[in-house]
Amino acid sequence: MSPARAAGATAARDRDQPVREAPRPRTPPASVRLRQAVRLLPLLPAVVLLLVFLGGPILWAFYGSFTDAGLTGASARNPEWIGLDNYRTLLTDPQFPHSLWLTFLFVLGSAVIGQNCLGLALALVMQRANRVVAAVAGTCVVAAWVLPEIVAAFIAYAFFFRDGMLNQLTGLAGLPVVDWLYEYPMLALVFANIWRGTAFSMMNYQAALNDVPPEITESATIDGAGGMQRLRFITLPMIKSSIATNLMLITLLTLGTFTLIYVVTGGGPLNASTTLPIMAYEQAFQYGDIGYGTAIAVVMLLIGAVFSIAYIRMLRERKD
Amino acid sequence: MAAVATAAPARGAGKTRSARTANIVLVLLAACFLLPLTWLLAASVNADASYELAIPTTLTLENFAAIMTAQQTFIPLLNSFILAVGSALVTVTAAVLAAYPLSRYQMRFKRPFMYTILFGTCLPITAIMVPVYSLFVQLNLLDSLAGTIFFMGATFLPIAIWMTKNFMDSVPVSLEEAAWIDGASSMKALFYVVLPLMRPGLAVVFIFVFLEAWGNFFVPFILLFSPDSQPAAVSIFRFFDEYGGVAYGELAAFSILYSLPVIVLYIVSRALGGSFALSGAMKG
Repeated sequence: MSPARAAGATAARDRDQPVREAPRPRTPPASVRLRQAVRLLPLLPAVVLLLVFLGGPILWAFYGSFTDAGLTGASARNPEWIGLDNYRTLLTDPQFPHSLWLTFLFVLGSAVIGQNCLGLALALVMQRANRVVAAVAGTCVVAAWVLPEIVAAFIAYAFFFRDGMLNQLTGLAGLPVVDWLYEYPMLALVFANIWRGTAFSMMNYQAALNDVPPEITESATIDGAGGMQRLRFITLPMIKSSIATNLMLITLLTLGTFTLIYVVTGGGPLNASTTLPIMAYEQAFQYGDIGYGTAIAVVMLLIGAVFSIAYIRMLRERKD
Repeated sequence: MAAVATAAPARGAGKTRSARTANIVLVLLAACFLLPLTWLLAASVNADASYELAIPTTLTLENFAAIMTAQQTFIPLLNSFILAVGSALVTVTAAVLAAYPLSRYQMRFKRPFMYTILFGTCLPITAIMVPVYSLFVQLNLLDSLAGTIFFMGATFLPIAIWMTKNFMDSVPVSLEEAAWIDGASSMKALFYVVLPLMRPGLAVVFIFVFLEAWGNFFVPFILLFSPDSQPAAVSIFRFFDEYGGVAYGELAAFSILYSLPVIVLYIVSRALGGSFALSGAMKG
């Protein structure tokens, strides 16, 4: 059973199925409370792990962004409180709005437009195509996605490299050689991330389209609706919530992309592709200013939190 | 499928034509996705590979032979394995224990708890790597495989709890009731009744975490720095940094060796019915 279906089953259970209640309501309150505490005991390892390794760093991020913590030396062990200094630097650093803008471009171009639209298109075309062709094409798309991120990044680097495959191909068409990674680093990264991540959207939309009852589109066809009309007035409205979910998730996944950018362009040339994760890394680990890097991390966390909350609210509304 | 088959005669030629167009479009798109991968395969068996795609004049396994050293291949791969198995064990154990009360008991704080966890799943882990580094400095956990394993395990825990709870929800409660009547404790019921019934689901969660940890680059890149504890993802990057301009063939060969387990495990987990589209697990 796929997690998606299992999730559906959960929703049903919450409402219909009787769940094991505390066995004897008349037992004294103290022992009931003890029983309940014992029942919750298995949650403990997970809660401790989450608090120490996820909650801890998040709280630490807020604290650390107000200190002058460094990578090495005295300020690494005993950072000093410097108040809002890091945030003041951030607001005057010309690199910050630039990185924010590049991050926005990267998310918009590669995820919201690229992966999302191509993934939906693939899923729609697969419905009409021969089953074997659809399965083979699906495997090709997924192949780029299952590879370890570092390998995918090397492949993308080789592809866009000056002597690489893309220039070989455009050369066959008689076009001049373009040094993609130097002249159009963001464009190369956007395409690399579309190649890498489209599978995720494709699989989401395949699942969503499978849940659209075929009778509805069939009857629309009988009523004379053309392909585009069916898509616009029937299919898309029916998978509306899946589109919203997919957009939120790929935005969150793309926001934190580090490896692909770090390996393919390293943020360069001259910061031309330094998105926020790269900027935080550079400030913290190359210039040794952990406190400043942490302040950038806090900004990323806040952006991520806004999208996460929007996503969770969407899920809740759909359920109610 | 049946619906498509019966509808086909009604629409006749139009349907066939649209199917043919669809097939052509798919083949072209698939070729675009496959194209960059061909370089990796060709370069790995080419004695003088470059970043150009070239059909090797003589097929050779030299590149693979050249990287068969402990320092370059076996130790990093072993470290990757330790990291991946360790994280998967930590995550699956904690997730199974946590999923049981969440799946079986009515609790007041269950919904807020699950939504908090979902929130944790969504946050970009990249964003917390700088604070994690300075936290690890304070806790003296830097360059420790165990520390990295627990951190990685924790980052996959939210999604794993969601997946495990969903799998557990699909195991009917009635089966445990018999065990309860026989006087078994809830933990015994979990281990002897519930877990055996959700073995494929557990395998899916285990493989999911294993793959994510095996393929992760950023976390070990920040937290582990002695060559003896670095996993393949990091050592392969160091190799690329130092010899990326010379030893293309070896780089490709190493990349293929490192990717093989991922491809095999992915196929296994698909056969078990796992869907790794995160949203699938989070739909609930």
